[in-house]
Amino acid sequence: MPVPRPLRDIAVVAFAQSDHRRTSDELSEVEMLLPVLHRVLDRTGLRTGDIGFTCSGSTDYLAGRAFSFTMALDGVGAWPPISESHVEMDGAWALYEAWTKLLTGDADTALVYAYGKSSPGSVRDVLTRQLDPYYVAPLWPDSVALAALQAQALVDAGDTDEPALAAVASRSRRAATGNPHAQLRGPVPQGDYVVRPLRTGDCPPIGDGTAAVVLASGERARELCERPAWIRGIDHRIEAHGLGVRDLTDSPSTRLAAERAGAFDAPVDTAELHAPFSSQEVVLRRALRLDDSVEVNPSGGALAANPVMATGLIRIGEAADRIRRGDSDRALAHATSGPCLQQNLVAVLEGDPR
Amino acid sequence: MSGATSTATGKEPVAVVGIGQTKHVAARRDVSIAGLVREAARRALDDAELDWPDIDAVVIGKAPDFFEGVMMPELYLADALGAVGKPMLRVHTAGSVGGSTALVATNLVAGRVHGTVLTLAYEKQSESNAMWGLSLPVPFQQPLLAGAGGFFAPHVRAYIRRTGAPGTVGSLVAYKDRRNALKNPYAHLHEHGITLEKVQASPMLWDPIRYSETCPSSDGACAMVLTDRAGAARSPRPPAWLHGGAMRSEPTLFAGKDLVSPQAGKDCAADVYRQAGVADPRRDIDAVEMYVPFSWYEPMWLENLGFAEEGEGWKLTESGVTELDGDLPVNMSGGVLSTNPIGASGMIRFAEAALQVRGQAGEHQVDGARRALGHAYGGGSQFFSMWLVGAAPPAS
Repeated sequence: MPVPRPLRDIAVVAFAQSDHRRTSDELSEVEMLLPVLHRVLDRTGLRTGDIGFTCSGSTDYLAGRAFSFTMALDGVGAWPPISESHVEMDGAWALYEAWTKLLTGDADTALVYAYGKSSPGSVRDVLTRQLDPYYVAPLWPDSVALAALQAQALVDAGDTDEPALAAVASRSRRAATGNPHAQLRGPVPQGDYVVRPLRTGDCPPIGDGTAAVVLASGERARELCERPAWIRGIDHRIEAHGLGVRDLTDSPSTRLAAERAGAFDAPVDTAELHAPFSSQEVVLRRALRLDDSVEVNPSGGALAANPVMATGLIRIGEAADRIRRGDSDRALAHATSGPCLQQNLVAVLEGDPR
Repeated sequence: MSGATSTATGKEPVAVVGIGQTKHVAARRDVSIAGLVREAARRALDDAELDWPDIDAVVIGKAPDFFEGVMMPELYLADALGAVGKPMLRVHTAGSVGGSTALVATNLVAGRVHGTVLTLAYEKQSESNAMWGLSLPVPFQQPLLAGAGGFFAPHVRAYIRRTGAPGTVGSLVAYKDRRNALKNPYAHLHEHGITLEKVQASPMLWDPIRYSETCPSSDGACAMVLTDRAGAARSPRPPAWLHGGAMRSEPTLFAGKDLVSPQAGKDCAADVYRQAGVADPRRDIDAVEMYVPFSWYEPMWLENLGFAEEGEGWKLTESGVTELDGDLPVNMSGGVLSTNPIGASGMIRFAEAALQVRGQAGEHQVDGARRALGHAYGGGSQFFSMWLVGAAPPAS
C-alpha cells in the first residue's frame, strides 16, 4: 500500500557546499561555514531574518571542545534572535527536524547546515568513542576495522569480491570528476590493504567541509526555486548497537526507512547513497533494490568527499540539485550514522512533472 | 515568527501522558548510562500504562558528549530505550537541551508524523567532572573562568547594580528551593537542617554567589510520553496539554548583548504566550518551573519572562510571592538548585510543569494549578526553550 503523503508539501529549494579538502588549518569552523551559508541564502534571495527555523548538525568530538556548535551559530548571524535547534547528528537529521517543524506550520522556510573538520585529529580513532563505553570502546576498534569486518562478511557470503569493490571505488571517483567540490576526483589507486579486505581505494578520504540547504513549504517553495525538489517521504530507523546481534550483510533499517518514505512506490532514476566504504554500497543497493537503471552517486558520493557530519546532508543536497537542474525527476537520498550502517535515513525527492 | 503565512495549520494537539524520573543523586554507581536512562523511560511508560511497542519514535537529549566521554551516545542507547527498528533523534542545544528535546518530540506528534513518542534527557555527571568540562581549554577561551559560575557571576552583579536589589535576595531563593526539594522525593539535595542563616554563612564561591546558592552536580534522567488526541483519550491519568512551545537563540557575545535579560528569552516567552493566549503571565499562569542554576537567576528570569517589570523581579522573591504557597510559586520541585543532571535539567522543568497541571506533583503540588510554564536556558544565556502546559485541551 502506498505511504500517505506528508501533511504539507515541503521541498529543498537550495543547496550549497564548500570545496572539501584534506585540511583547512587556516579556517575555524565558522569561517568555513560562513561563505556556504551566504551562498545558499543568495540562491533563494532570502536573508537570515526571513528564515522561519534554523537547524544544524555537528559533533563536539571532531571539534575537540564542548558546545562547539555555539560558535558556528555566529556564521548565521542570529540577531535579532532566531528560532533555532541543533542535533548532535549528521546534518541529514537536522534536515529531518526542520522538516517536522515545517510540517507543523510554525514556519514555512528553514535553513539547515552541517560541518565537520576531521583534519585536526585521527577520525579513525575518534569514531571509536561512539561505541559501547563499557564493553567495546575500551578495545578501540577503529572505523576502518569495523567496516572491514562488514566487508569480509559480504565476501564470505558471496555478495561481493575485491574486484567488485574496486569497481565501486573507481566508478565513484570517475563520477566525481564532474563535481568541483569533491576531494578525490578521477582515478585513485586501489593501493594496499588498510584492513583486509579493504584497500586504500575502498575507504573515504579524510577531510573538512560544510554544507547547507534551504527548505520551504508549498507556494513559498515555488516562489524561491524554479524546480523545487519535493520531499515525498522521509524516514529514519536505527538498529541494535551490538555488532554481534546484527547481520552485517543486510540493512533492515535502510529498507524500513525506504518503505516508510515511499521509496518502493515508484522507481527512482537517481540515488545518492551515504556509503563511506565501497562495501557499504553493496549492502545499500540491495536493501534499496537499486538496479543498473538507477544512477548511483553521480556526485562521487562519500568515497569522493567525506566531511563527517555533513556527508549525509550533502547526499540530500546533491539529489535535490539534480532535480532542480532537470537531470532527475525522482531521486532517493540516503544518510547513515554509527558503526557499519547502524542508523539510516532515506528521503524521496521529486520534481514537478515536466 | 517571520515567514509563517498561516495560523490555521491543522496541528495535532499534543498531550503528556507519562512522566518518569530517576532519584537524582551525586553518583549512580549502581547503573550504567543505559541502565539510568532505561529506569526513567520505564517509569514514564508505567505512568502512561504503555509498553515499548506502543512507542513510535524516541527523541533523546543531553548536554556535551564530553561529560560522559561517549560520542553520540544515542547509538549505544538504542537498545536500552527500545528504539531498535524505530526513528531515534538526538538533540543538543547546550543547557536548554532538555526543553528543546521535548519540543522536537512535540513536533513529531503535532506534525502528525507519529502518534506516540518517548522523549528523554539525561546526564551522568559522575562519569567526569562537569565544572572542568564546562571550562573550555585554550585556545577556545581565556584561562580565567572556572565553571559556569565564573561565567554567570558578573551578570548577577550587573543585575544587582541595575536594580539595587538587597544582597540577601539570592539566599532567599536558595532557602526556598532547598526547602521545596524536601517535598520532592526525586530531588538530589535533601538538606533537612537547612536554615537561612546556613545559606548566608556558606562560603563565597564566585562573588556574590555562595556555595549554597549554586546547583549540585547530579546523575539523573527524565522521560516523558507524548501523544495525540487518540492517545490522550486512552490515558489512565489526566494528561497535560501543550498550549504553546518555542525556542530562541542569539549569539554568545556581541556588542549590545544584554546578558542580564537576553532578548532571545523575551522573544521566546512572547511566542509561547501568543500561542497559548496568555495576555498577562502573572495572572494567567499558576506555577513556573524555571532554570535557576544560581539563586539570583530567579528574580532575573521573573523579569525576562514578563512576570515582573524590569527591576522589580527581586521584590516578588523578597515578598514571598514565589514560595510554594505564594501567589506565583516558582520551582516547586526544588529546581535546578536542588537537582542538576545538566542535560536533563530542562526536561525536568518541563515535566514538573506537566506534573502540576496533571495534579500529580504530590507534596509539592500547587492547589488548582491549571496552567504552568516550563523554562530552560543554556550556553552564554543565549539558547532558550519553553513550553506552557494546561489541564484542559488547547482552545482551537
